[in-house]
Amino acid sequence: LQALHRILKAKTRRSKRFLQSRQPKLTEDQKSSMIIRGGNTSQTVSQALKDVYALKKPNAVLYKRKNMVRPFDDSTALEFFSKKSDCSLFLFGSHNKKRPNNLIFGRMFDFHVLDMFELGIERFVSLRDVKTDTCPEGTKPLLVFAGELFETDREHQRLRSLLTDFFCGPRVSAVRLAGLEHVLHFTALEGKIYMRSYKVLLKKSGCRTPRIQLQDMGPSFDFVMRRNHMASDDLYKTAHRQPRGVKPKKKKNISHDAFGTRLGRLHMQKQDLDKLQTRKMKGLRKRRGEQTAETAAAAAKAPRTDE
Amino acid sequence: MASCSVEDVLTKAERDEAEKLKGITVNKELDLEFDPGNLLAFDKNRIDTREFKDNKREDFLRSLARDNTQLLINEVWKLPTERVEEIIVAKLPDPTTSLPREKPAPKPKPPTKWEQFAKLKGIQKKKKTNLVWDEVHKEWRRRWGYKRAKDDTKEWLIEVPENADPSEDQFAKRNKAKKERVAKNEYNRLKNIARAQKIKVPGMGLAPTPRQSKAELAQAVNVAKISTASVGKFQDNLPKEKTPKNTGKKRKFQPLIGDFSSEKQKQLDLLKVMDSKKPRLDITKAVNKQMREEDRDSAQKSKKGFGKKGRRGNMSGKGKGKAGGKGKAKKGKGQKPHMKQGKR
Repeated sequence: LQALHRILKAKTRRSKRFLQSRQPKLTEDQKSSMIIRGGNTSQTVSQALKDVYALKKPNAVLYKRKNMVRPFDDSTALEFFSKKSDCSLFLFGSHNKKRPNNLIFGRMFDFHVLDMFELGIERFVSLRDVKTDTCPEGTKPLLVFAGELFETDREHQRLRSLLTDFFCGPRVSAVRLAGLEHVLHFTALEGKIYMRSYKVLLKKSGCRTPRIQLQDMGPSFDFVMRRNHMASDDLYKTAHRQPRGVKPKKKKNISHDAFGTRLGRLHMQKQDLDKLQTRKMKGLRKRRGEQTAETAAAAAKAPRTDE
Repeated sequence: MASCSVEDVLTKAERDEAEKLKGITVNKELDLEFDPGNLLAFDKNRIDTREFKDNKREDFLRSLARDNTQLLINEVWKLPTERVEEIIVAKLPDPTTSLPREKPAPKPKPPTKWEQFAKLKGIQKKKKTNLVWDEVHKEWRRRWGYKRAKDDTKEWLIEVPENADPSEDQFAKRNKAKKERVAKNEYNRLKNIARAQKIKVPGMGLAPTPRQSKAELAQAVNVAKISTASVGKFQDNLPKEKTPKNTGKKRKFQPLIGDFSSEKQKQLDLLKVMDSKKPRLDITKAVNKQMREEDRDSAQKSKKGFGKKGRRGNMSGKGKGKAGGKGKAKKGKGQKPHMKQGKR
């Protein structure tokens, strides 16, 4: 598809910019996600999809029409959607008797499915039901994962990486301290994942760092792990490979001592210290008369020490 | 006062500090793992299932979240801050959790033919100004595009150059030249892309295009015919198709070590011709060339004259006698006459 883009020359500057934004880049922009409605959805699932879309705006597209797709059987339809909308994350919601209230979180690499996790919704509280004020759209949320399962179990590790990818916002270099308003908390316990979303209230404490109080906000899910499709290890490794230009070049020869001063080493050739050219201070210059007096004094001292 | 000892002062100071930090300290068995670049925290501590009963679940989760968020906020507040337009902003370090990329890393493009040449010759790109002064309109106009400075297409007068045919349409000639330039540019661009991606492009006439001329189709047919294991030797001809005579090698070379005497003779003849100072003239070739030119002229005239009345067949015009005499001396390969001579 990229080759075709090159052969078909863009006729306007706007289309050229559009094509360039879809080219692979050294440092990538924020991943966009597509939220797809499956063949049959219940009220819970539709509301859940809308809530996640609200969380992920503006980098998300919501496909509200029914799409008869089975991601675990045949992922070509999803790949086609992702190519068309240039989205690498997807959330597919469906409902049937065998798998009620099903959500499939997934991500793509090079428009092919990398990982997919199917989670069933056991309990869901929507944004509408919780009547508190929400934080503005597009705030970067604080992500907290709790539970040792996220560390020990391989599937949970992958799921943690996927959820981080899904919910972490754009990559920023600095963040406004008062703007840390939204926190997403994931707890893993006995094969279930509890996702809660809170609004952060920064209260005064005695010192500079504020005291936190949380207020219930936003969608809260109780997930149960169902099927999954994890990428093979080498595909996963290939997906993580960073190009050479991204890593910043380490500046050598800079070290810091205990006081925090910056030190560096200068490498010099061997110097003859006798012939060193120092600053000349006229007053300290030895005079002829003084010199003889000194040598006389030195000579006088020497025999005394000898004795 | 003298009764205040140093230890009392120190303990009092510690107690004050602890009081201050009481609001923000959280006790955990294991420290959390932080990734401030992503605003991420990971709590590895075991979750007590006893406290996780149905009725108290939300409160337990909320308090757990509060503790973890407090620790994460403490971590973020430790980062260096700066003031950007009256807002205090914390500078985040690079994220430590590695997340997979969206698309594979871009490969550097191989240089185009021009870029290779420019690198070889050391030609630098010269930055050009956006606008150019147009003398005719006395204003600054863009270098190319809509309403450009020197627009060839807007000229209403073109001088016919001295050595050109007076009845030639100079405007049409200019248009045609432009179309050819555009086509050549497009062709070169596609060749550059094919070279970059190492795609083998079939030669002229063999790639399917919407409009193929008779010559291109004939070439395609010939190429298809010889694309067999025995290079077309056993392929049957179509009805009324003649096998082309000059297939295969276009030049025939003598073997390296053959007949020495004939080789010697050939070389001596060559030297004699070179010494002779008289121009060599191939009468048949000269005559054929002359006749061909006359045929072409008369064909053009007849086409203009009879074009509207329909075809008159393969008329070669007025009869001609043999031109005879000296035409242009022609050495080397002669052109094959491609027009049949009618009855004279």
